[in-house]
Amino acid sequence: MKILVLISNVPDTTTKIRFTGDNTAFDTSGVQWIINPWDELALTRAVELKEAGAVEKVVVANVGEKITEPTLRKALAVGADEAIRVDTEPKDSYFVAKQLAQVAKDFDIILAGIEASDYNGSAVGGMLAEILDIASVSAVSGLNIENGELSVNRDIDGGSQVLSINTPVVLIVQKGIAKEPRIPAMRGIMMARKKPLNVVPAVDAEPRTKFVKFELPPPKAACKMVDEDNAKELIRLLHEEAKVI
Amino acid sequence: MYNPPDYYQIDELLTDEHKIIRESVREWVNRRIIPVIDDYAQRHEFPEYIIKEMGELGALGPYIPEKYGGAGMDQIAYGVIMTELERGDSAIRSAASVQSSLVMYPIYAFGDEKQRMKYLPKLATGEMVGAFGLTEPNHGSDPGSMTTRFEDKGDYYLLNGAKMWITNAPICDIAVVWAKDESGKVRGLILERGMEGFTTPETYKKWSLRASATGELVFDNVKVPKENMLPNIKGLKGPLMCLNSARYGIAWGVIGAAMDCYDTALRYSLERKQFGKPVASFQLQQKKLAEMLTEITKMQLMAWRLGTLRNEDRATPAQISMAKRNNVEHTLKIARESRQILGAMGITGDFPIMRHMMNLESVITYEGTHDIHLLITGHDITGIPAFE
Repeated sequence: MKILVLISNVPDTTTKIRFTGDNTAFDTSGVQWIINPWDELALTRAVELKEAGAVEKVVVANVGEKITEPTLRKALAVGADEAIRVDTEPKDSYFVAKQLAQVAKDFDIILAGIEASDYNGSAVGGMLAEILDIASVSAVSGLNIENGELSVNRDIDGGSQVLSINTPVVLIVQKGIAKEPRIPAMRGIMMARKKPLNVVPAVDAEPRTKFVKFELPPPKAACKMVDEDNAKELIRLLHEEAKVI
Repeated sequence: MYNPPDYYQIDELLTDEHKIIRESVREWVNRRIIPVIDDYAQRHEFPEYIIKEMGELGALGPYIPEKYGGAGMDQIAYGVIMTELERGDSAIRSAASVQSSLVMYPIYAFGDEKQRMKYLPKLATGEMVGAFGLTEPNHGSDPGSMTTRFEDKGDYYLLNGAKMWITNAPICDIAVVWAKDESGKVRGLILERGMEGFTTPETYKKWSLRASATGELVFDNVKVPKENMLPNIKGLKGPLMCLNSARYGIAWGVIGAAMDCYDTALRYSLERKQFGKPVASFQLQQKKLAEMLTEITKMQLMAWRLGTLRNEDRATPAQISMAKRNNVEHTLKIARESRQILGAMGITGDFPIMRHMMNLESVITYEGTHDIHLLITGHDITGIPAFE
């Protein structure tokens, strides 16, 4: 069984967000890049399954230019066997799904994070399944494989659901898929040097959306401190000023 | 949220791999050290679980070849690891320093193949903890006068004496001990816990490195098998070569403590208001912050350059000595100045500064005191030794 984990290269979550080009593009200068946190959890689970002997190979794939390679190297250090980079700037979800479709054909399981922490598109996984004409399951919070049979947990309103599913399949995963992202060990980082990182050319695809404008959220109002023995004032502020009660 | 400064874009001097290493160790420290370290330090207790975890992470002997369980990394990688560990606490970095530079390094550099294979893989995983015995109760800066001695008894060496201020002593499984033979030549012996007459009493009531296990190594007619002698080194050069490696790690390590203090003080000064505005608005506080960042930047450059020299095997002991002295001295000053910026809050365990400051009083003394390092530089530039 082979797993493909889709890796999005996103700004570190503490990045100060700025825009360029009259607020039409994200300013990437000085940004530290990381693996999208949901993808990192997906990768962690894939590596765990490989270590447990349920999976033979874990491959990671990303659509991006050369600057995304350190992120892929990190994924290799975490334990992926091979990385694929589709060499183009990711434009929108459809464009990315089209690029990934060319490298995702030979896998039994494709893991996609439920969203990327940069644009929160939440669309690539579903689109990819559609393009490949295979099943997809969303909001997956658990994946187990026993004797080649997949068992998938989903969080649903007020409870959870367990599904048995055939491969090939795209699983769109969320928190819970792994306990916490695995920290690459030094030996893994050194081994990552020798693992293949294959660069493949982009295919023709027209993006279906384009960025018109970005806006930053309004600055947060200053925090008001109320004495602990003055609950009445707190209630008044919540009622009259914050208007939440 | 920790935001270490990089005023001169020194990150650009690191490889992508170094940055992944840094990110890994930082994340481990965030998860496993930061939430608990104040508590361990307050209780004067060593978090023993860290040894195995550092082994799993690969932070023990990272530059030792893979054949012996290391990661085969370069010296900059070792430095980056030390920086991140010491951001957590000097006690954590000390445990890793001793294991890597003072135990694994001499076994690798001066040991025979059998010794390497016997000890290094277990030291790398943290299954075994090592200590290093050079300093004695009456001989610190002057190790050449050591009195720990061994006699050749035909089948074994008979060791007598005591070592003091030994990091990891109470928990060690093995110790690399430097002692004189009958002719007065310093040799290295590998002691194993369980050898009759070998004890490791703990040192209590420290106000510094409280989260580190410190103790003595006492040898009372210990019979040491002859195969436990490090065959490929004679004289004080052996322990001094180990100290070169450890001092290099300290030069990098303390930058982590300095950045933690600076980052904490900067954030606090922007949030804390007095006279109706953030204390960062006041000139005296800005002077402190400006000087701190300047020194951190200089330390970073010094450590990086020293790392490149070490990668080429060109760093002299005097160059390493200078970086250790300079970086520890300025980190200690930064800790004190940061403490002032935090006012009374700075003395509490809610912030890391006072803990770093107290730790650094040890760091400025061990692995060659500040004063001795000044004399090493003095000797190097004048040709005249002023040690005696």
